[in-house]
Amino acid sequence: MYKILKAVKLAEKIFLMDVKAPRVARSCQPGEFVIVKIDERGERIPLTICDFDRQEGTVSIVFQIVGASTKRMADLKEGDSFQDFVGPLGNPSDFVKEDLEQVKKRRYLFVAGGVGTAPVYPQVKWMREHGIEADVIVGAKTKDLLILESEMKEVAGNLYITTDDGSYGRKGMVTEVIRDLVENQKKQYDICVAIGPVIMMKFVCLLTKELGLPTIVSMNPVMVDGTGMCGACRLTVGDQVKFACVDGPEFDGHLVDFDEAMKRQQIYKTEEGRAMLRLTEGDTHHGGCGLCG
Amino acid sequence: MDMLKKIPVREQEPKVRAANFEEVCYGYNEEEARAEASRCLKCKNARCMGGCPVSIHIPEFIKKVEEGDFEAAANVIAEASALPAVCGRVCPQETQCEGQCIRGIKGEPVSIGKLERFVADWSREHGFVPKAAKEKLGKKVAVVGSGPAGLTCAGDLAKLGYDVTIFEALHEPGGVLTYGIPEFRLPKETVVRTEIENVKKLGVTIETDVIIGKSVTIDELMEEEGYEAVFIGSGAGLPKFMGIPGENANGVFSANEYLTRSNLMKAFREDYDTPIAAGKKVAVVGGGNVAMDAARTALRLGATVYVVYRRSEAELPARVEEIHHAKEEGVEFHLLTNPVEILTDDKGWVTGMTVRKMELGEPDESGRRRPVEIPGSDYTIEVDTVIMSLGTSPNPLISSTTKGLEVNRRKCIVAEANNGQTSRPGVFAGGDAVTGAATVILAMEAGKNGAKGIHEYLSGK
Repeated sequence: MYKILKAVKLAEKIFLMDVKAPRVARSCQPGEFVIVKIDERGERIPLTICDFDRQEGTVSIVFQIVGASTKRMADLKEGDSFQDFVGPLGNPSDFVKEDLEQVKKRRYLFVAGGVGTAPVYPQVKWMREHGIEADVIVGAKTKDLLILESEMKEVAGNLYITTDDGSYGRKGMVTEVIRDLVENQKKQYDICVAIGPVIMMKFVCLLTKELGLPTIVSMNPVMVDGTGMCGACRLTVGDQVKFACVDGPEFDGHLVDFDEAMKRQQIYKTEEGRAMLRLTEGDTHHGGCGLCG
Repeated sequence: MDMLKKIPVREQEPKVRAANFEEVCYGYNEEEARAEASRCLKCKNARCMGGCPVSIHIPEFIKKVEEGDFEAAANVIAEASALPAVCGRVCPQETQCEGQCIRGIKGEPVSIGKLERFVADWSREHGFVPKAAKEKLGKKVAVVGSGPAGLTCAGDLAKLGYDVTIFEALHEPGGVLTYGIPEFRLPKETVVRTEIENVKKLGVTIETDVIIGKSVTIDELMEEEGYEAVFIGSGAGLPKFMGIPGENANGVFSANEYLTRSNLMKAFREDYDTPIAAGKKVAVVGGGNVAMDAARTALRLGATVYVVYRRSEAELPARVEEIHHAKEEGVEFHLLTNPVEILTDDKGWVTGMTVRKMELGEPDESGRRRPVEIPGSDYTIEVDTVIMSLGTSPNPLISSTTKGLEVNRRKCIVAEANNGQTSRPGVFAGGDAVTGAATVILAMEAGKNGAKGIHEYLSGK
C-alpha cells in the first residue's frame, strides 16, 4: 500500500497528492511517469510525475477526473492509500541525459496546457536547479482551472499566463502567446517543450514548425501495463510505430501523428463512460444516456 | 473398461461454456483418477519422464494415485514441480510425457496431465502445504518476474534455504499465468493464487509494483541491497504487429492487450473499472495458443470470431486440444489466409479487413511449408475488431540497464541452457526472456536449471 501524505484540490476536478513511494522517489526523473491503481477493482492510471522528494521518499501526482477510477481517487484523503503505485516508467526528458554544458547553451520555452502544467513543473524546476532560466507559458480554459501558478512562478524565468476567456492573464490560446513572444518581442528560443491536451500540442507544433522551432511533446495515450507489454499506447512518429510507454513518453512533436492520437483516445470513451455511469447512478441507470448501447 | 482408451474427462457443454468464463474441463474425480491410473504400465524405463521438462517421477505418482494415497502422490510431484495444478492444465502433454507413453503405441496414452491436475486439485482441497527449508543459509537471491520461470526458480532456491525475493512489475504476481492465460483454462483464484501462495509458504517474498531496470536496477540490487545472485525471468516482452495499413485503427489490439484487460484487469466483470472494447465481429490473426485464448475470450464476450492464419491446419502452432475446443465453441477458421489491410471509417474505427488467399510452397527454415500469396485472391471480411497474435520481441528494459549483460541478435538475453548463467557473474536468466515466447513448462524447466546454477555458484563462493 502507498500512503497519501497530502491531498489537495487544485481546481474543479483537479487534484494533487503526495504519495509515499520510496523506490519511485529514489530513481524518478523529470519526464517520467507512474501508474497508480486505487484498489483491487480500479484501473491502472498512467500519470506524469509532478514533483518528488528523494529524502522523504514521496512523489507528487496531479490528476483530473475523467473516468470511474479517477472519480474514486478524488475521494481519497490524507492518510488513505493507493493499492499500487509503480514506476518510474518511460524515459527521462532528453536534457536530463545530455551534457549539462550543452543544455545550458540552449534557450528553452515551455508551454503547458491545463493539467499538463503538472508534468511541465518538474522540468522547469530541474532547469532552475541547474541554473537555467526558462520561459514558461501556461494556458488554462479559465482562471479557476489554472493550477500551480505560484510554484511555477518560483522556478520559471518569465512566466506568461493566458486563459481562453481572458478571466486571468492574457486572453487567448497558448499559440497566440508563442507567436507574440517570437514575432513581436523578438525572443529567440532553441527548443520548445509543449505538454497539454493533444489538440493543444498539435496546434503548438503546427506553429513551431512554421517558426522553425524544434518541439518536444509528451504523449499520454491509453495504456494498460506501461512496460511495453500491451501495445495499447502505440502512436505513429514519422513513419514508425512507437510505444509511448517504452519509447516515450516524449517525442519530436513535428513528427507525431496527432490526428491518429486523437482518434485513438476515443477508443474507450464509451466503455469508460459506462463505468462512470454505473458509479454515479448504480443500478438505476438503464440506458437512454447516449452512452449505453 | 477398455484399457486402450483414456477415461474420458468431463467438460462443460460447448454451447454453454462459450458464454461463460468458468473452467472448460472439470477434471477427474477420485474414482476416475484411480481407474485411469490403473492403465499405467509403471514402466521401469519410464519414457514419459524423459518427455517431462522438469522430470516428475511419473510412474511413481501414478502408482500412488492408483493406490488411493493422494498425499503421497502429491509429495512425489512436489519434489519436481512447484506448479502442478498449472502444468496439469496447460502443459502440451501430447508432445511431452504422453507423447512418449508406451500405452500410446497401440491405443491412447495414459492421461498423465489430467492425473497430475487431479492430484494438485486434491492437494488444494485437502489443505496440503509444501514443506519449507529447515535451515536458512543466510544468502539473499533476487528473482525478476513472478511467472512460471521465476516462481519455479524461487521455490527451488527457497527449499535449499536461500532468502528469495521475487520482484514483479505488475500489481498481481503470476506473470503469464495471471495476465495471459484465460480464466476458463486456468482459474485465477483457485488454481493460480493457491500455487503462488504455496511458493510463498516455502519462504519466498514477492514484492509487486517493482520494475527492474527502472524502479531499481540489477546492479543496485547486487551492490546496494545485498543480493548475491539474480535470476531474470522477465518474460516475452513487446507485442509484434504486421506493419500493414490501418493497424493503428481503433479496434485493433495486440492479443497481449486484449487478454490483459480481460484476465488481469477483469474487464469482463461489471464490477471492475477497466473497459474492454469486446467487439461484435472479431478477427484474430495468428494460430498459436495465445491466438486461441484471445479467440475464445472474444467469443465469451459475445462476439462472432474468426481465426485468420496464413498456413494450413497442419501447421497451426496451438495445441490440438485448444484448436478442438475453439472449434467446438464456434470459432470459425480462415486458413491459408493473410491480412493485407485493415479498413476503417472516417472516425478511425475498424470496419473490415482485406485478406489474401495463400498456398503452401517449399519448406522454410522452420521446416514448415512456406505460405505463398495467390495473386488476385483478395477478399474482405467484415469485422469491427482485429486482434494481432503474432508473437513478441524482447523487452529492452533489463538488458539496457544492466552492465555487461549480453543479448543475441534477436535481443534475447544470452544464457546457458543447463544452468541459466549469463555473461554477467552472479546473474542468471531463463524462460521467454532467453528463448523468446515458448511454453509455461519450458519456462519452469529454465527456472529449475537457473536455481541449480545459482546454488552451484553460491556454494562455490
